[in-house]
Amino acid sequence: MPGARVNEVARYLRVFGTFARNSLVRDMTFRTNFILNAATSIIWMLMNLAFYVLVFRYTSSLGDGWGKYEFFVFLATGMFINSTVQAFFMPNANEFGEQIRTGHLDFALTKPIDTQFLVSFSKIEWSGLSNFGVAAVLLGYSLMRTQHQPSLAECLLYPFYVVCGVAILYSLMMPLAAASVWLGRNESLYDYWFYVINFSRYPMDIYHGTFGTPLRLFFTYLIPVLIVVNVPARLLAKPLDPDNWPLALVALVATLASLVISRWIFQRALGSYRSASS
Amino acid sequence: MYARVQTWWTVLAISLSERLVYRGDFALGTLMRFLPFVTQIFLWAAVFEANGNQPIAGYTYENFMAYFLLTQVARAFSSMPGLASNIALDIRNGTIKKYLIQPIDMVGFLLLKRVAHKLVYYLVAAAPFALVFYLARGFFGGWPDPAVVAAFIASLVMSFLLGFFLEATIGMVGFWFLEVSSLLFVYMLFSFFFSGHMFPIDMLPGFWGQFVQALPLKYLAYFPAAVFLGKVSGQELVNGLIVQAAWVLFFAATCRLTFHYGVKRYSAFGG
Repeated sequence: MPGARVNEVARYLRVFGTFARNSLVRDMTFRTNFILNAATSIIWMLMNLAFYVLVFRYTSSLGDGWGKYEFFVFLATGMFINSTVQAFFMPNANEFGEQIRTGHLDFALTKPIDTQFLVSFSKIEWSGLSNFGVAAVLLGYSLMRTQHQPSLAECLLYPFYVVCGVAILYSLMMPLAAASVWLGRNESLYDYWFYVINFSRYPMDIYHGTFGTPLRLFFTYLIPVLIVVNVPARLLAKPLDPDNWPLALVALVATLASLVISRWIFQRALGSYRSASS
Repeated sequence: MYARVQTWWTVLAISLSERLVYRGDFALGTLMRFLPFVTQIFLWAAVFEANGNQPIAGYTYENFMAYFLLTQVARAFSSMPGLASNIALDIRNGTIKKYLIQPIDMVGFLLLKRVAHKLVYYLVAAAPFALVFYLARGFFGGWPDPAVVAAFIASLVMSFLLGFFLEATIGMVGFWFLEVSSLLFVYMLFSFFFSGHMFPIDMLPGFWGQFVQALPLKYLAYFPAAVFLGKVSGQELVNGLIVQAAWVLFFAATCRLTFHYGVKRYSAFGG
């Protein structure tokens, strides 16, 4: 029944709204802390940006056709995607690992709502979204200076592929967190996460040559981290040539596949979960 | 005197065996730590490809790669994970009284614990480090002469001491402000960029270059690497080592002073 379906979606949206409000209330309770968190993450972004400004003092491009402003479009796209993941999923993934270890996951399992939804969305770190401002300014500023002016279609596809990128990163993060079911403890989640997404930070064309090409293929098709930022950033920064369309298609398939696989791993993890203590 | 030496020896021995429990985790973690280096290789290869292989701030591509590997060595000496935050936590929880009521000096105790921590780390990390350096041997132009190696080792040892006293001082700030995590974050941020961990700081132009060169942070990563690569030599090298030693003394003194006055401020309640 479509009516029931709509109701179901509305219910999840309502629950999500409650989570969002609760998190905001909590964030606003410790307002100084919130402001400090927002400020430090903006400073971090600005220092990163300063580093690339420095790099571009010594070169005019990076990889294949990524000039200074094209690369800044890439950088801004990465900021959008990473700060979304930081704000929505990082606190939850950490919490999930902790819930598995302490046995508090029991409480989530008994709730009349999809466990993965509950575990993935219950906390939002609003301060993480402060980077959006920096990213938006950087994106606007750089787009006025790039050679390629994106078409309407490209502009419309951009947010879609940004969301795909977020979905891929989410799908990589959840299994890492769920691994604590089998490993017992998972303190180094942050570390491993950092090592994985590190590869998404630069345009994929810098990986070429004897070692680079296999690396690029691996991180495009098997663990699709290279797709995350590259596909949306290319849409805006570079003319859409026949090279890019297949990649956009790959991104679509990769997003769906990684969501399905992470869902499967999540269910498997729940199956192996044996609570803790008493 | 003998009793004292024995006390410290016991502290060291206990910390050593404590650290050796997690050796497998350690070795794997060390190898993983070189993964970001892989992206560095490709990033800088792309930069040098685009600028026609012109040296950047006097560094060739090979120099750059050697530099990054050497800063990893320097960071293995100077990084102090958890030192400042644990001191601040001890102050906030009141667990710091375990040092205050025992006939033991807290700073000395923590220093020895770190020494043990680092010794175990080098023991376990030696193999992964050797492997990575062997694979990357092409980036190095052979061994520098023994005097340079000696200066390199001296600067590494001092970078350990500097890192320790600097972070311990930040932890002591917890006596005045109960929450130091944002201060720590800012420190981490600055140290990441200005210690030379992210890029050789002589790439920075004009005012910024001079400003960052004047900070003590460069002795945590940049300076030892620059010494090994022969970027600093002769009188400049001697001066550099003297300034580094001066910073070590300065922060050792600051650490002592903040601890002294902090303990006077400190009050513990409850049981």
